[in-house]
Amino acid sequence: MKKYTYTEKKDTRSGFGAGLSQLGKENENVVALCADLTGSLKMDAFAKDHPERFIQVGIAEANMMGIAAGLTIGGKIPFTGTFANFSTGRVYDQIRQSIAYSDKNVKICASHAGLTLGEDGATHQILEDIGLMRMLPGMVVINPCDFNQTKAATLAIAKHHGPVYLRFGRPSVPNFTPADQQFEIGKAVMLNEGTDVTIIATGHLVWKAIEAGEQLSAKGISAEIINIHTIKPIDEEAILKSVAKTKCVVTCEEHNRFGGLGDAVAQVIIKSNPVPQEYVAVNDSFGESGTPDQLMTKYGLDTINIVEAAEKVLKRK
Amino acid sequence: MDTVSKIKNMVPQVRRDIVRMVHAVQSGHPGGSLGCTEFLCTLYGGIMKHHPEKWDMDGKDQDVFFLSNGHISPVFYSVLARSGYFPVSELATFRKLNTRLQGHPTTHEGLEGIRMASGSLGQGLSVSIGVALAKKLNNDNRHVYVLMGDGEIQEGQVWEAAMFAAAKKVDNIIATIDVNGQQIDGSTAQVLNSGDWGSKWEAFGWIVLTMNGNDVDDILKTMQEAKEKSGQGKPVVILMKTEMGNGVDFMMHSHKWHGVAPNDEQLATALAQNEATLGDY
Repeated sequence: MKKYTYTEKKDTRSGFGAGLSQLGKENENVVALCADLTGSLKMDAFAKDHPERFIQVGIAEANMMGIAAGLTIGGKIPFTGTFANFSTGRVYDQIRQSIAYSDKNVKICASHAGLTLGEDGATHQILEDIGLMRMLPGMVVINPCDFNQTKAATLAIAKHHGPVYLRFGRPSVPNFTPADQQFEIGKAVMLNEGTDVTIIATGHLVWKAIEAGEQLSAKGISAEIINIHTIKPIDEEAILKSVAKTKCVVTCEEHNRFGGLGDAVAQVIIKSNPVPQEYVAVNDSFGESGTPDQLMTKYGLDTINIVEAAEKVLKRK
Repeated sequence: MDTVSKIKNMVPQVRRDIVRMVHAVQSGHPGGSLGCTEFLCTLYGGIMKHHPEKWDMDGKDQDVFFLSNGHISPVFYSVLARSGYFPVSELATFRKLNTRLQGHPTTHEGLEGIRMASGSLGQGLSVSIGVALAKKLNNDNRHVYVLMGDGEIQEGQVWEAAMFAAAKKVDNIIATIDVNGQQIDGSTAQVLNSGDWGSKWEAFGWIVLTMNGNDVDDILKTMQEAKEKSGQGKPVVILMKTEMGNGVDFMMHSHKWHGVAPNDEQLATALAQNEATLGDY
């Protein structure tokens, strides 16, 4: 098992803020919009440095999505910022008609996704957003794993023409990907080559997958670990190549088991190489209040759950 | 022919296009389309600075228009075609399989003149504000026009947008509301009596004008006034009184023709009331 280390824990939303700030300096067409959550989205630096290109829309997310769509007409590259719940479910029809169906170059940037925003509870913990966004034709869906990768993803999506959903979160997590690692949309990152089981993870679950790989290694199980940061378009080649070798797969995501990474991977393997699959995901429920760690444990998204899922899927080979 | 005469000459032809398009596929929305015929003919023929022959999505240094109440696509398509955006013959494909003239307007099929999909109501004002902000950032001093229905402004997003435009001084936008007093389930007063629209928009910080949307001269005069009042820190909205189904007598004075197609006999009656001034497609 390849050894991964980190020097500090950082929140992925700050990676977005750092990326946006850099973009503001490099690309004068980049415009940022926020619905009264500037601090939470770490958009302060952009707002301070580029007040003429920062649009505070107030608590009006539907209007924000429409304004963002309009800004593209005239060549702007708008980045919208609010919580994941208010970036997707609340404004689904605005995204569907004014952005996705209208082919607009809007970057929908969503923080506080999943359970790990913690104490605010289920009203704010969307676990359905990856599914919602995946279903929209033409929408790119990205869920990076740490600060560095979120920053790199933010820079990369500005160069991609078309609508993008960029999902990140609130808690501090190990920042382990190299700061200079290029972010390639749609390209999986191989973290550890193995032979017994494929573990595919996205977002905050990537580090837990690495931890699980170390524990499995201690038990004599060789896990291949893949970071799928782009859920749509998904890297079919990387998935099929891996499962051809390991003949089983575990998928890990901070999302409902319906519609997310697990389903995206299942769709890839069933048409070419059906192998047993286990999901590490929220089991079709809403979240609740609690600390992020408590919630990840209660809803079965911990390292131990990945280890157990790997052992279970190995028996199904 | 002078500009006003050209606009007035275009109106009956657009009416013919509308009823023929809707009749051909026995679907579509003739009532609101007919009611807004004078407005769109005047806007494209006498108000907007635009370049149909050099169509591009961004519309830099041009006036741009957004149809928020997308169901009146027949009048939009006819006016775009008659203004030179795409061949008039393409009107015959309206609502047919593989057409660029979808039931509700879309950018998805690459139809020249369409910059935004609309149909799901209440979204056009927000989009138009975005375009207006982009124009300001680009130092482009042309206007953004948007049309909404009076039933449509029951959608909450319209009021989010109204609040924003005034607060942020988006003063290069000229919105028009088609006040025909009708929606699918009946009159707007019956469905959701919303009282005095003018005082509501004024309270939101907009300059409010009114006009007769079935009178080309009044439209020209009021739109000119709207342009003069723009650029002074406030967005402008025009409450445009229209008669749904205008120009086809049996479609007027009722909400019945919101989304109903005429039969053969009714088509003949409608065509007899409107001369083919520019030649049918």
